[in-house]
Amino acid sequence: MSKPANPVDHYENQIDSAYDHNPNDAHHAGDHHDEGPKVTLGFWIYLMSDCILFASIFAGYAVLKDATAGGPNGRELFDLNYVAIETALLLISSLTYGMAMISMEANKLKGVIGWLAMTALCGLGFMGMEIYEFAHLIHEGAGPDRSAFLSAFFTLVGTHGLHVTSGLIWMGAMFVHLFKRGLTPANRIRMMTLSLFWHFLDIIWIGVFTIVYLMGAA
Amino acid sequence: MSTPNTAKPKTPKALHTKPVDIDQSHAEVAHNDAHHDTAGHGTVKSYLIGFILSVILTAIPFGLTMAHMLPASSLIPVVVAIGVVQILVHLYFFLHMNTSSSQMWNNAAFVFTVLIVGILIVGSLWVMYHLNTNMMPGMMPVE
Amino acid sequence: MLTHAEPAAHAASTADVSPLVAFLFGKLRLDSIPWHEPIIMIAGGGMVGAAVLVVALITYFKQWKYLWTEWLTSVDHKKIGAMYIILALIMLLRGFADALLMRTQQALASNGGAGYLPPDHFDQIFSAHGVIMIFFMAMPFVIGLMNVVMPLQIGARDVAFPYLNSMSFWLTAAGAILINVSLVVGEFSHAGWLAYPPLSEIEFSPGVGTDYYIWALQISGLGTLLSGVNLIATIFKMRAPGMTLMRMPVFTWTTLAANMLIVAAFPILTVTLAMLGADRYLGMHFFTNDGGGNAMMYVNLIWAWGHPEVYILVLPAFGIFSEVVATFSRKRLFGYDAMVYATLCICVLSFIVWLHHFFTMGAGANVNAFFGIATMIISIPTGVKIFNWLFTMYRGRVRLELPMLWTLGFIITFVIGGMTGVLLAVPGADYVLHNSVFLIAHFHNVIIGGVVFGCIAGLNYWFPKAFGFKLHTGLGKVSFWCWLIGFWVAFLPLYALGLMGMTRRLDFMNNPVWHVYLIVALCGALLIFVGILAQIAQIVYSIWKRDELRDLTGDPWDARTLEWATSSPPPFYNFAVVPKVGNHDAFWDAKQTGTAYVQPKSYEPIHMPHNTYSGFLIGIVSAGLGFGLVWHIWWMAGGALLVMIGLGIAHTFNENRDYYVPAEEVKAIEDAHFANLKAAGLAKAGQPVKAGK
Repeated sequence: MSKPANPVDHYENQIDSAYDHNPNDAHHAGDHHDEGPKVTLGFWIYLMSDCILFASIFAGYAVLKDATAGGPNGRELFDLNYVAIETALLLISSLTYGMAMISMEANKLKGVIGWLAMTALCGLGFMGMEIYEFAHLIHEGAGPDRSAFLSAFFTLVGTHGLHVTSGLIWMGAMFVHLFKRGLTPANRIRMMTLSLFWHFLDIIWIGVFTIVYLMGAA
Repeated sequence: MSTPNTAKPKTPKALHTKPVDIDQSHAEVAHNDAHHDTAGHGTVKSYLIGFILSVILTAIPFGLTMAHMLPASSLIPVVVAIGVVQILVHLYFFLHMNTSSSQMWNNAAFVFTVLIVGILIVGSLWVMYHLNTNMMPGMMPVE
Repeated sequence: MLTHAEPAAHAASTADVSPLVAFLFGKLRLDSIPWHEPIIMIAGGGMVGAAVLVVALITYFKQWKYLWTEWLTSVDHKKIGAMYIILALIMLLRGFADALLMRTQQALASNGGAGYLPPDHFDQIFSAHGVIMIFFMAMPFVIGLMNVVMPLQIGARDVAFPYLNSMSFWLTAAGAILINVSLVVGEFSHAGWLAYPPLSEIEFSPGVGTDYYIWALQISGLGTLLSGVNLIATIFKMRAPGMTLMRMPVFTWTTLAANMLIVAAFPILTVTLAMLGADRYLGMHFFTNDGGGNAMMYVNLIWAWGHPEVYILVLPAFGIFSEVVATFSRKRLFGYDAMVYATLCICVLSFIVWLHHFFTMGAGANVNAFFGIATMIISIPTGVKIFNWLFTMYRGRVRLELPMLWTLGFIITFVIGGMTGVLLAVPGADYVLHNSVFLIAHFHNVIIGGVVFGCIAGLNYWFPKAFGFKLHTGLGKVSFWCWLIGFWVAFLPLYALGLMGMTRRLDFMNNPVWHVYLIVALCGALLIFVGILAQIAQIVYSIWKRDELRDLTGDPWDARTLEWATSSPPPFYNFAVVPKVGNHDAFWDAKQTGTAYVQPKSYEPIHMPHNTYSGFLIGIVSAGLGFGLVWHIWWMAGGALLVMIGLGIAHTFNENRDYYVPAEEVKAIEDAHFANLKAAGLAKAGQPVKAGK
């Protein structure tokens, strides 16, 4: 546990751990102290639902991928070198986020903030590249209104991008939380759920580069 | 969680009184140990292993596709298979999914989700393929 | 809003307006309001009048503070549940008004007359009727009942995420607000309750109706999804000690199953509507006729959500009937395990039947055969449930209280509805009956007979728990018989008409043979209307006579599950001491073994969440977001989105979220309850007493 801000916090943490090890305690069911497992489970269920959200878009993309309406197809549009760099950025950000979690375990606030900042930079770099790619495609006349294939492409990749953007906004708020209060139990839970979110987006990206870019260019 | 509450229980011991009879619900009510909860923690080593595996599993399909070594018919299954493996690597090394009892609900939710995702994607492709074949023969892609 | 606009505003109706007006009001103009349509103006006037009346009454009785602190900002699952149900009842009136308008139009326009509704308006009415009844009547009703009852049934003090619960409700309410605004400002969708493209595409529906549809459903759908996550986490993590999964009440089981379906199915709806929105707003080509779009994919995706949705609605109703049958037969539910497994089977099977909604689109024999057989298979677990209820009643001591009456009405009605459903599952038969009013009769048969009867049974059953007094039996019986008979009078003719070839959604048909059937159907609808009026009368009269109907024991039905172990209405913390569960039907067990109604010697402080206005504000602002998007008022949409994100983030900085209820306060509340129990001869403090029955 982090250094308690005041004796009250410390006292409560003790109660927390008492509950943690005694799940059948009569107070367990109604108590709001054992937030951690509850929040992570709830967030996990949300992620599962997000997974199905992406699955629906993938299904739409798979149905429409050949509906180019005379326009360009994936093989003509995709630059795999560019996508490889985007992928590398996301992969590195996963590693740096992992390092942030390890710093958190070691109660090193500075380490957490540093690694989180690197993660955010990778995420920003990824978003910058994606926005550039989109702008480039639209400029080339291959915008989302060109064909059903491109509608599905922009929607799928764009939805992933929107999620990454949400993650970046979350990281922004996370910095403020960390600067303000340090590694409190609440902030640990936030870091944990953000970790799940960030790694989850990486998994979605594996699906995107495999199904959209690699299979499109094959 | 810091809770600026006014009425504090005076006696911490009274809060966890006599142990309730623990029946088979024990496993279900979940071990709420904050340090081994739904998503566990990795070590520097496990993150690095996961990262290196991911790099390899990313590099291979990119390399295969960019080098055009294989025909599309055999390239696509390979790329998809490697993608699936990489997803499993991420789940294990980054999301720390495992078979411990504390993760029972996470795993159950995950299995249910995979099932629904499979039904949705395979079912949609199957249904739409037949619809396109039967109802829009002229508009089928000519590949 | 428009009255004190810039001088340029008077030219708003012309095509070219000043950039400022276009910026400020998007596509919204004074003549967006259909001033010349008397029916809409009367209905809208009535709605605005009712709203003004409510505001005036609240102000007159100085209840704003009470409303704000006790309801609008409440995170108490019982109050949020009650608000869901109030929303559902209001929307039931709105949706039923649409139904009456349609029945009247068809009765008038089938024998040479033209009726009184222009086609465009008729189309909006049937679209609004379906959307309102499913999304804003049935969904809030079942979610409301789940909210009120489920945490009590598992012995929890609230749901897992009380603040999220409040936000979920207000997002749903925002969707309902948007739908009702569309009645007066602009128009509603005319493309049916599922808005199939290409009709719903911008090319064929350039108006704002489809946009209202999209955003109302997106916003309320988000609320539903969050509520699903919340209730699942509650069931998994907050059960009382000893309550294993196989000791959970069946209603809790069906709540779990329905919310699993919500979490798994609603994202598909979100994506489908987002794709339609992308077509309409960004010129994309998912479902358009040109650009390679494929309208059939919309039908495929929306039913991949739509069929699970059917079970999202009916599974909780099955749970309600299970509780009611066991209680009023004074027997343990027959085949509890079978009931649980049947529920879970339905949960998975509901995802592999969606194509039966579009057999006729032409997927071919193999596909149709698969989905036809899957559809027939899904009726098996449902049949298992029916037999379980029947065997529970068999040799039970059946008491024909109101909830039981509704349950009996349900069993008879639903079985027939189910059989017509199996008939429609045969692809060959479906080719004959698809899109006919036979289908309309079928799904009303299962939705009214299953979901609506279930919700009303639940309302009658749990009302005394939520408010501390029973609903009046006599008026309830009037309502029940009017509903039951009215339903059959209204929908049997539709079965016949469907077989005679009448398709759905006809605003005009010159066929004297059908005329008499449609007259009968209208009479049935009027009978249901009497039933609804009797229901309103029942609630109003019961509130008026609440002292005579008061229940002081907390257990007016001699029931079996944990929600009856606390007082009625339950204290805000639900249980002063979290109950320990050692068996099925935990409260019945406690009454039998004499451990019920024992007052503990002392109490401990209880940890509870504070109220918060954040969820309420986010919900209300989201209505602004939807309105801005519908009318292309980008500053409003963007601003609302930023405010919502800001409010959400600001809430994470609120550290003052919970507090302890002092033991003395708990003791005072519990002492009052036990005094009542003592007066009823049920309890003495500190000494076990057998249940008095």
